[in-house]
Amino acid sequence: MSQQVPPVSAVRVMGAETEFGISEPGRPGANPMRDSARVVDAYAAPRGLRSAQSFWDFSAETPLADARGFLMHESDAHVSQLTHLPDAMPDAQYLANVVLANGARLYVDHAHPEYSSPEVRTPRDVLVWDRAGDRVAEECVRSLASTAEPVNLYKNNTDSKGSSYGAHENYLVRRDVDFDLLAAALIPFFTTRQILCGAGRVGIGRSGEVPGYQISSRADFFEEQIGLETTLRRPIVNTRDEPHADGTQWRRLHVIIGDATLAEPATLVRFGSTALVLGLIEAGLAPHLELADPVTALQTVSHDLTLTAALPLADGSALTAIDVQRLYWDAAQRAAGPDPDPATAEVLAEWDRFLTALAREPRELAADIDWVAKLVLLEGYRTRGDLAWDDPTLALIDVQYSDVRREKGLFHRLESAGRIRRLTTDAQVEAAVDTAPHDTRAFLRGGVIERFAPAVAAASWDAVVLERADGTHVRIGMRSPLGHTREAVGAALHAAGSADDLIERLRADHAGPASLD
Amino acid sequence: MTSSSEQANRDRNERPEPPEDDAPVVQAQTQIDTTAVDSILDDIDSVLESNAEEFVRNFVQKGGQ
Repeated sequence: MSQQVPPVSAVRVMGAETEFGISEPGRPGANPMRDSARVVDAYAAPRGLRSAQSFWDFSAETPLADARGFLMHESDAHVSQLTHLPDAMPDAQYLANVVLANGARLYVDHAHPEYSSPEVRTPRDVLVWDRAGDRVAEECVRSLASTAEPVNLYKNNTDSKGSSYGAHENYLVRRDVDFDLLAAALIPFFTTRQILCGAGRVGIGRSGEVPGYQISSRADFFEEQIGLETTLRRPIVNTRDEPHADGTQWRRLHVIIGDATLAEPATLVRFGSTALVLGLIEAGLAPHLELADPVTALQTVSHDLTLTAALPLADGSALTAIDVQRLYWDAAQRAAGPDPDPATAEVLAEWDRFLTALAREPRELAADIDWVAKLVLLEGYRTRGDLAWDDPTLALIDVQYSDVRREKGLFHRLESAGRIRRLTTDAQVEAAVDTAPHDTRAFLRGGVIERFAPAVAAASWDAVVLERADGTHVRIGMRSPLGHTREAVGAALHAAGSADDLIERLRADHAGPASLD
Repeated sequence: MTSSSEQANRDRNERPEPPEDDAPVVQAQTQIDTTAVDSILDDIDSVLESNAEEFVRNFVQKGGQ
C-alpha cells in the first residue's frame, strides 16, 4: 500500500506572517496605527516603494478576512514621499502597504506593522525569509531612531495586559481534503505543538495576573476549537478561506495558534512538523485521536513545565502532550518512507530529537526552543537575585527577549554568544531581504518590484498589474503559487529592459491570452 | 561560535568524571559551575533596559490577530 501513496514530505508552499509589537519610548499617548504606518514608510520611502491603497490589489480580498490599512493625511510630513494618495477621506487615517523586492508584503495590520513573507517551499526557506522580515523590522527601527519619535519593535505576541497579536502561518493544502477531517486531525496536533516551539511567557492568564511562567504566549487567548475570527474568540483552527490561488484545487490553511519564534531549530520544527502533518492528512494517514476538551488542554499544556500533564481524550483515556506529538511523529516518519528528501529528513530528525529530549529534561533544549532558552535565562536571574515570578525584571526580560535590534534583543545576545543554535547564515538572510525565492510566484512579484517598481500599478498574492508607457494596464494573473518561478519567467525578467518589454516577452512565452492569466 | 555543550565541557573541571551514559552534555546545564551562567547574565545585564517596572508598565499594545 505504501508504494501506491507518494511519500509524505515537508516540502509545501508556505509562508510566515509576523505582527510586531510596537512601542514608542517616552510617548505613552502615541497612536500605534500612525507609528506602524511610519515604520512601513520608513522602509518604503528610501527604496522608492510606493505605499498607497491603490497599490495592493484588494480585488481578490474579502473584507472579513483581511485587515485594511488606513490613509495617511497629506499634511503629515512623514508621508511626503507617498506618491499614490487616493482621494481625501472624511477621517484622517493611516495607510501603509508595500510589496518588497523579495516578494514579501509589509503593511499595517490592526495597529501593528506586519511582515508577510513571500511564498516558499521548504522549512529552511521559511527560516531565511522569515528572518529577513526581522531584518526589515530592525532596519525600520534604525531609520526612525534619529527622528523626534523613535519606535521599537518586538517579535512577540502579547503585552501581558490583555492584548495578543499573531505570528501566523500559511500552508497550501489540497482542496479535496474535507475541512472537518482536516480540523479534527489538526486540533490535537496544534494543541500540543507548543512544547516544540512555544515562545514562553512570564505570567499566567491573559493579563499575566498569576505569577509564574508558561510555555506558550498565545494559549491563554484561545477560546474555540474552530472559527473564522482572529481577534476575539480565537480558534485553534482558523477557517479563513482565501486561497489566493485556484480555489477549486487549493486551500490556504491560515494558522493563528503559534507563537512568534526566534530560535531557528524551533522555527524549523514548527513549520516542518505542520507541513508533514498536512501531508499525512492529505494522504489519509493522520493519527486518529480526539481530545475531550482541546481548549482546556491547550492551557493545561502551556501551564505545565514538566510536560507530564495527562490530557483527557474523548474515549476516556489520557495522553501527555509528548505522547500526542509522538503519535504524529511516528505516522510522519512511517509515511515519509525509506528515502525522504533532505528537507523532510531534517525535520523528522529534529522533531524526534526534541521529543526525546523533552521527555528526559526539557532544559536540554535551551539551545533550540525559545520557551526553554528564556526559562533557563529567567531561572538564572531568579537564582542570582532571589526574584519572585512577579518581579518586573523578569517581565522585562520576557519582553526584551524579542527586541528586534541585534544589540538589544536578548534572543540575539544568546544566539551570538552561542547559547542558541543557528541554522542560517547572515549572508543568506541578507540576500533574502532583497531577493525573492526562486521557486514560487514570489519570484515574479519580487522581481517586478526590484526591476520596474514605478511601473507596478498594483500587486497582490495572485496578480501584478503593470502600467505600460502609454498608461494602459496589463494584469498578470499568478493563480498558481508554483507558477511564475525563475524557471518559468526568469529569462524574460532578466532580459526585459522595461515593463512593456517584460509584458511582451511573457505574452510571447505564453503565446495566447491578452491578460496573461 | 561556542555551543552550549562546549561551554559546559569547559566548565566541568570541578566535576570528577564525565557522564557515563551518552546523554547530551548540555543536560548538565542545570548543574554546571555558576560562572558560565553568570557570564551570560552579565552580558544580558549590560543591555537590559534600565527601569524594569516603568518599561513593563509602558509596554502596552493594541490587540492584533
